Amino acid sequence: MAVTSVTPGADLRSLDVAAMLKEAGATAVVVFALTIGLVAFKTLDVPGGIGIETRFADVAMCMALAFFGRIALVLLREHRPYPVMAVALTFAIILTASLLSGQIFGPAAEAQMKMFLPFKAVIVSWIICVLAWSFAIRAAILMRHQGVSVLRDEREAMMDRVGAAVQRYSRFLGPALLAFAIVFPLLPFVDRRFLDLGILALTYIMLGWGLNIVVGLAGLLDLGYVAFYAVGAYSYALLATHFELSFWICLPFAGIMAAFAGLLLGFPVLRLRGDYLAIVTLGFGEMVRIILLNWYEFTNGPDGIGGIARPSFFGIPFKRNAPEGTETFHQMFGLEYSTLHKFVFLYFVILTLGLITNLFTIRIRKLPVGRAWEALREDEIACRSLGINPRNTKLTAFAIGAMFAGFAGSFFATRQTFISPESFVFLESAIILGIVVLGGFGSQVGVVLATGILIVLPELIRELHQYRMLAFGAVMVLIMLWRPSGLLAHREPTIKLGQGDKRGGEP
Amino acid sequence: MSAGPALLTIDHLTMQFGGLVAVDDVSLAAKDSEITAIIGPNGAGKTTMFNCLTGFYKPSVGRMLLDHPNRPFYLERMEGFRIASHAGVARTFQNIRLFPKMSVLENLIVAQHNKLMRASGFTVYGLFGLRGYRSAEGEAVELAKYWLDRIDLTAKADWDAESLPYGDQRRLEIARAMCTEPVLLCLDEPAAGLNPRESAGLNELLLFIRDEHKIGVLLIEHDMKVVMAIADHIVVLDYGRKISDGTADEVRRDPAVIRAYLGEEEEDST
Ligand SMILES: Nc1ncnc2c1ncn2[C@@H]1O[C@H](COP(=O)(O)OP(=O)(O)OP(=O)(O)O)[C@@H](O)[C@H]1O
Ligand SMILES: [Mg+2]
Repeated sequence: MAVTSVTPGADLRSLDVAAMLKEAGATAVVVFALTIGLVAFKTLDVPGGIGIETRFADVAMCMALAFFGRIALVLLREHRPYPVMAVALTFAIILTASLLSGQIFGPAAEAQMKMFLPFKAVIVSWIICVLAWSFAIRAAILMRHQGVSVLRDEREAMMDRVGAAVQRYSRFLGPALLAFAIVFPLLPFVDRRFLDLGILALTYIMLGWGLNIVVGLAGLLDLGYVAFYAVGAYSYALLATHFELSFWICLPFAGIMAAFAGLLLGFPVLRLRGDYLAIVTLGFGEMVRIILLNWYEFTNGPDGIGGIARPSFFGIPFKRNAPEGTETFHQMFGLEYSTLHKFVFLYFVILTLGLITNLFTIRIRKLPVGRAWEALREDEIACRSLGINPRNTKLTAFAIGAMFAGFAGSFFATRQTFISPESFVFLESAIILGIVVLGGFGSQVGVVLATGILIVLPELIRELHQYRMLAFGAVMVLIMLWRPSGLLAHREPTIKLGQGDKRGGEP
Repeated sequence: MSAGPALLTIDHLTMQFGGLVAVDDVSLAAKDSEITAIIGPNGAGKTTMFNCLTGFYKPSVGRMLLDHPNRPFYLERMEGFRIASHAGVARTFQNIRLFPKMSVLENLIVAQHNKLMRASGFTVYGLFGLRGYRSAEGEAVELAKYWLDRIDLTAKADWDAESLPYGDQRRLEIARAMCTEPVLLCLDEPAAGLNPRESAGLNELLLFIRDEHKIGVLLIEHDMKVVMAIADHIVVLDYGRKISDGTADEVRRDPAVIRAYLGEEEEDST
């Protein structure tokens, strides 16, 4: 094994090439042992039995990648970033180009570029592509730091500075993002698919912001958040289909119902803490889904509820032809009829709902309840000694978080026009929580970024879609290893004296 | 000892954990504008007594009467957080319990939660930023500033509490308790881990609290120099029982106290 000291002068030392090759060779052997059984043979269904396809080329490719990858690692460790940079960058660019060739130059180019891909499975090529990029980035960092590798604490501090900068600039970043969100549906290239994606992303952003109140501020780990989403959706669907009430009347009702469900769950379970609370909320989420599934008379069971009314533009419908004596949206505004109108409208509805959630959170953080939530997260016993009622304070957090899920749920129902218990599985809770965790507890911009990574990216890159859960798991593992507090986690005090704004923790 | 009704009267307080009697039939009285020290060897039941007083434990037997200016409270019947919010009993902890990720100023503002909660119309007015709430918040900041000046932390008001040095954290915890505007302040070993200079500063702070704010102070302390210097009245516990009660001089001369402390030292040296 080569020496692994991290002194600036290390690159003056001569490189032990033999040791490096030996190490890389050993890695290749290990990879061979692993892949010869798993990759080399694939069983096939052939008429009249089972056939075997051999894939020795893939095994060889794995070994080669492992061999060169290991050499790159050793070179980085020994502070020789230049060759790694050159090779990794070339490799990464070629791979990325070939992978995206279909999107950019059309299918003909795709067929030609295919030969550059190391494996037939696109996802594996993507993974290798990401690895190549990360090698290039590591090499770049090493080049900038003149041979001093970035240590863990430094990275933490750096990420915290990034988080702090994002918070500081969120005064500009927020409005900029908002401006983009507002003009987005009016951009010329935006079609139905983009609009749908925007609506989907905004729904998750809103849910992330709502859950952030419960998890990020109050520190209550809630694994059953989707239950409140379901309560909101069903409240809306039932009210809308049975009583023919409009979206704008049902919306607050759905929120109130969900908040009520939050109180109902909160009363018995909020004396539990941490893992125990997580388990009980997980159970509650499943319970709600199973009730929806089995209470056939009320919820229509697995068949779901269909024919839910779309929201009208404050009473004006989005139809091509209006019934006698009324006007439709396009007539009223003198527009050409387009099916897109109603989706643009839906987009703005969810944008507004999301903004309300965001403004509410920003505001309430500076109010006594918000501070009490954070204090409870920090130390419940100290809170009690200061006369803060822990039960009521937690209940408000739970109920308010649930209310926003309820709003989002009723929006979901009106967008889909059909809901069934299948939409409210545990996975949804996990994804929403994943968004909060990845973005950074308590960070509003973090939620947007994390939604981009976990929701928008897999939708945009279709190939990634079927491996979405794999990627989701991988991202979660990486974030736990590299930055457990989340990408943009950084807390600004809610009130400042401004005497000396030197913050603690920095020398 | 000065005459006058006691602020706090504890009668026959007993706290059992299974077979262990941590506090055994203790009665005592503490007055306004006085520092009452509670001393005793490790495991004597001092912290347990505080926990009963502040509602963290329900005492097995006993009565704790607090003669609050508004009305008397029987503390043993009250929920923990109400003892702080209604009866006005504030405390600190043997192992400091600040809100580590919140700033120093925020720690002091959170302590004024109930007052601010009312001012914010239980969040309703507050959400719309009405003037009533803003002025209440301004007053809360003024009170926080007042205590920050007293504990010399004004310059560090925007630091995270966790990044303060140990001595500052101890004083901040006392200031936070004072921000609840209590009638009785219970301090669990506030001088533990302080250097002599910090300890002298703490004595001054406690005397200031007693003389200027005229509230009762219950002080658990191991450091005899601190106790003898500032306590008006000393209660000695040993194995959960009260073995002595009186002024510093009376206690110092009490044979039972000498036995308890010397006996402990003998045990230590063997
Ligand atoms: N929750 C509990 N359950 C069981 N036993 C307890 C509990 N709390 C305290 N005790 C026991 O009660 C006795 C008194 O403990 P306490 O913490 O009140 O002592 P103390 O006088 O504060 O000591 P120290 O000076 O070390 O802080 C000890 O024997 C302790 O083990
Ligand atoms: Mg103790």
